[in-house]
Amino acid sequence: MSAHDLHAGHGDHHDHDDLHVTMGDYVKGFILAVILTVIPFYLVMSGAIEDRATGLVVLGAFAIVQVVVHMVYFLHMNGKIQGGWTMLSTVFTAVFLAIAVAGTLWVMYQMNAHMMPTHESAPAVSQPAAADTAAPAVQAPAASEAAAPAPAEQPAHGAHGSN
Amino acid sequence: MSDIRHNAGAAGALAPREYHLAHEPHPENGTSLGFWLYLMSDCLIFAALFATFGVLGRNYAAGPTGKELFDLSLVAINTAFLLLSSITFGFAMLQKQKKNVSGTLTWLAITGVLGLCFLGVELYEFHHLIHQGATPQRSAFLSSFFTLVGTHGLHVTFGLIWLVTLMIQISKHGLIEANVRRINCLSMFWHFLDVVWIGVFTFVYLMGVL
Repeated sequence: MSAHDLHAGHGDHHDHDDLHVTMGDYVKGFILAVILTVIPFYLVMSGAIEDRATGLVVLGAFAIVQVVVHMVYFLHMNGKIQGGWTMLSTVFTAVFLAIAVAGTLWVMYQMNAHMMPTHESAPAVSQPAAADTAAPAVQAPAASEAAAPAPAEQPAHGAHGSN
Repeated sequence: MSDIRHNAGAAGALAPREYHLAHEPHPENGTSLGFWLYLMSDCLIFAALFATFGVLGRNYAAGPTGKELFDLSLVAINTAFLLLSSITFGFAMLQKQKKNVSGTLTWLAITGVLGLCFLGVELYEFHHLIHQGATPQRSAFLSSFFTLVGTHGLHVTFGLIWLVTLMIQISKHGLIEANVRRINCLSMFWHFLDVVWIGVFTFVYLMGVL
């Protein structure tokens, strides 16, 4: 930590505002955000998307793009501000968020798939299938995303037992 | 710690000894980075709430489902309020950059009104749901729904309190350095809430009716 990086002088950073914003950024961001909001609402409200798996992929993609648009145009993110620490902390948060959310959903849906057959006789057919999906899911977490809607039916189904 | 000046040895008797830094060292604009780190930690709270909703969001306990409860046109209006308030905050930031106090205050006031409209619609929705018997106690779905959306709404409420406080500070002291720092932080907070809302309307409302 050399004195060079630090701002030891008090006087010279008064009145200093490193944030420079432009009208163009806000207007561009707003137009993109409106487009990226209107399309998913239209797709769902008009009934263009009916099934949950398509919805998750399409709406999720729009949401991720819109988050990036907000980050760039409204929060003025780039790799340079604060010497890159802002970007670094954001990337860390994004990775943590992905692991926490995807990990939670994966574990909980896998658990449902394994637990439910013991309550009723009907899902017994799916038991070997559930055991099969557990192994490939370790190699490809994406597979569990695609498989998520199927076990998602089961909590409602077994709700009488667990609630 | 190269700034510590002390002369060991014979010269020590001549020069006054200083065992501490003459000035506190600050990294440049440490407040913005610190506030950003707070927002990232807030992100983790929302990550936990989204994950909870993701797990419990379909456990209706034979109660009402999202498809039966959610009114998407109301959510679209709410989304519009929040998105508009984002750009009006942007206009306040542009006025701040031009050192225009009255312009900044005007756009902040418009942002505040849009924020209030958002909260009003959200409270109306919650009241309507509870009136129909869709209370947080009804099912795991509704518990996680009210916790997630309510936490976002609480953030907006605190953002509004901060906004009003800042408007009073700016009108009293003008756009001094401290107020510029505060408005920059509030700008981050406000836009961050809009980012969280993207997740809410996509995964809670739009996915909820599918």
